[in-house]
Amino acid sequence: MRKLALSLALLGMFGTPALADEEAERQAHWAELREAVFGDRAAVAAADLIALEAPKRALDAALVPITVTTKPGSDVTGLTVVIDDNPGPVAAKVSYGPRGDASLLTLRVRVNQYTYMHAVAETSDGALHETAQFVKAAGGCSAPVGAGEAESLAQIGRMKLRLSGEVAAGQPVDAQVLIRHPNFNGMQMDQLTRLYTPMRYVQQVEITLNDERVLSMENDISLATDPAIGFRFVPRAEDLPGKLKVVVRDSDDAVFEQSFDVPASGS
Amino acid sequence: MLHRRHLLLGGLCACCLPLTRTRASSFILTEVAPGIHVRRGVDEDASPGNADAIANAGFIVGQESVLVFDPGGSLGDGAALRAMIREKTQLPIRTVVLNHVHPDHIFGAGAFLEDKPDFIGHARLPAALAARGDYYKQRLEEILGAGAAGPVVMPTLDVADAAEVDLGERVVRLKAHGPAHTDNDLSVFDAETGTLFPSDLLFVGRVPALDGSLNGWLAELEALKRIGAARAVPGHGPEQVNWPAGAADLERYLRTLVEETRQAVRDNIGIEAAVEQVAAGERGRWTLFDAYHGRNVTQAYKELEWE
Ligand SMILES: [Zn+2]
Repeated sequence: MRKLALSLALLGMFGTPALADEEAERQAHWAELREAVFGDRAAVAAADLIALEAPKRALDAALVPITVTTKPGSDVTGLTVVIDDNPGPVAAKVSYGPRGDASLLTLRVRVNQYTYMHAVAETSDGALHETAQFVKAAGGCSAPVGAGEAESLAQIGRMKLRLSGEVAAGQPVDAQVLIRHPNFNGMQMDQLTRLYTPMRYVQQVEITLNDERVLSMENDISLATDPAIGFRFVPRAEDLPGKLKVVVRDSDDAVFEQSFDVPASGS
Repeated sequence: MLHRRHLLLGGLCACCLPLTRTRASSFILTEVAPGIHVRRGVDEDASPGNADAIANAGFIVGQESVLVFDPGGSLGDGAALRAMIREKTQLPIRTVVLNHVHPDHIFGAGAFLEDKPDFIGHARLPAALAARGDYYKQRLEEILGAGAAGPVVMPTLDVADAAEVDLGERVVRLKAHGPAHTDNDLSVFDAETGTLFPSDLLFVGRVPALDGSLNGWLAELEALKRIGAARAVPGHGPEQVNWPAGAADLERYLRTLVEETRQAVRDNIGIEAAVEQVAAGERGRWTLFDAYHGRNVTQAYKELEWE
C-alpha cells in the first residue's frame, strides 16, 4: 500500500494539468488516475447509485467536509474517494465487511487547489460507479500547522464515537468516529528550520462490531487533522448490546485502539 | 500600492505627484487619550487599494520614547504610520509591540527596523511566526504585489506572562494571554489614561475571526473586563469604545457561537449543517459576516466536539 500511495503522490504532483481550468485536461487527468487506481476497468456513470456532496467553495481548505451516499440495497462492497489534484489523490479507499453498510460515508479532507473530487462505488458484481464534484478550495495541504495540531499531537490516539438515532437489530445505525491525530502530510514547512514537519498520518482504520468487520479504510495524506469518519453499520439481534472496536494505524506504525459500547436502545 | 486608490480617485497619473506626501483617506490619526494616537483600519479585506491597513494601528508617546502597538498591515502601511509618528514627535521609537501573528497586525514592523526598537511579542509568537510567517507573506504579496508585504520580523523580546515598559514617566503593562483569538495574543494597558489595547481580543463591528480557542477567548475577555480600563482600542472597529461596555457585542457573538455549536454537536448535525445554522441570528450585525462566520463555526465545532 505504501508503494501505491507513493506512486499516486507523484502522479498528483507532476500529472496536474498545466492549464488548470482546462476541462479536457482535468478529464484526462482523471482518466490517468482512474487507471492507476482501478486498472482498465470501465466505470459506469450512475448518478442514481452514488452521490458525492462537497461544498462548491470551501470555507476552510484544511477541513472540507464531504459526504458520499449510495442507494440503499445496491450491494456496494467498496467506496473510493479521490481528490484529483491533491498530492496523494486517493483520500480514502473503504471496503465493507458483513456488518457494514455503504449507504453513507462522511470524511473531512484537505484540498490543495481547485480540483475535481471523485467518488467511486464498487458493487458485488464488480462494476464501478462514479460521480464527481468540482471544489473550489486552495492551500489546505500546505496550510501551516496551528495551535490545534499541537493539541492533536499531545492527545494522539484519543477517540470518540457518536451514535445517532436508534439502535435496532437489522437497521443501519448512523455512527461517527473522531480520531485525535495531527495527520501531518509532510507539506507543512517550519520556516525557522526550513524543514518540513515530518509526515505522520493515519494510514489504516479498521472498524469491527463484536469482531466482525464493519469496514476497513486505507488513507493517503488527504485527511484533515483529527480524522472524522461517518459510517453506518447494521447490528444483528445477537450483536446487541455489543462492542464497536476501532483500530487505527498511522504511518509511523503506531497503533491506537478503542472499544465503544453499543447499547440496544430498543425504542 | 498604498497610494493607488487615492491617485485613481484623483484622476491624476502617479508621475505627477510626489508619492511621499499622498496618503489613502484611511490614514487619519485620532488622539483617543493624551499621548495615544490611533489610525483606524478599514473594515475590508486586504487589497492593493488599502495596503492591508485593515486593523487599527497606533502609538503611545511617553516623556522619553514612543511605543508602537500594531505597526500596521504591510511595509507601506508601517512606513505611513512611522511618517505620522515623526510628524507628532521626534522621540525615539524604542518599542514595537507585535500583538499576535496575523498579517494585518504585524507586517508594518519592517518599517521600524531602522529605529532598532525592541520588538515585543507573546512567548508563543516566535513559533507561530516560524510556522506561518512566510506563508502569510506569500499570500499577502499575491494581493499587494511582490515585495509589498515586507519582511517577517521576529520578536526580540518575548513575554510569557506579564511585563512593563517605561516610556518615561509613563509605564505601560503588557499581558500574554492563553489561547483565545490566537494562541499568541498580547495586550497592552496604559494605566495613566485607563486605556486598554486588547488587539484582536476585541472586534467591534467587523465579524470576529476565531483562530485559537473559543472557550479560551471568553475566559480571557472576562479577565480583561475586570482590568479597570475606561476605554479600549479594538483590533478592528472604531478608534475607541467604552470599556467594558464595548465588549458586549463580541461577547454575545462568542457566547452564541458556543451555545449553538454545542447544541449542534449534541444533535450531531455535522459541520456542513452547523455552518448554515449556528449563530445565524448574528448575520446583519457584523460587516464581512459571510466571509468569516462559516469558518468560525468550523473552528468552533472542531474545538467543542472534543469537550
Ligand atoms: Zn487577528
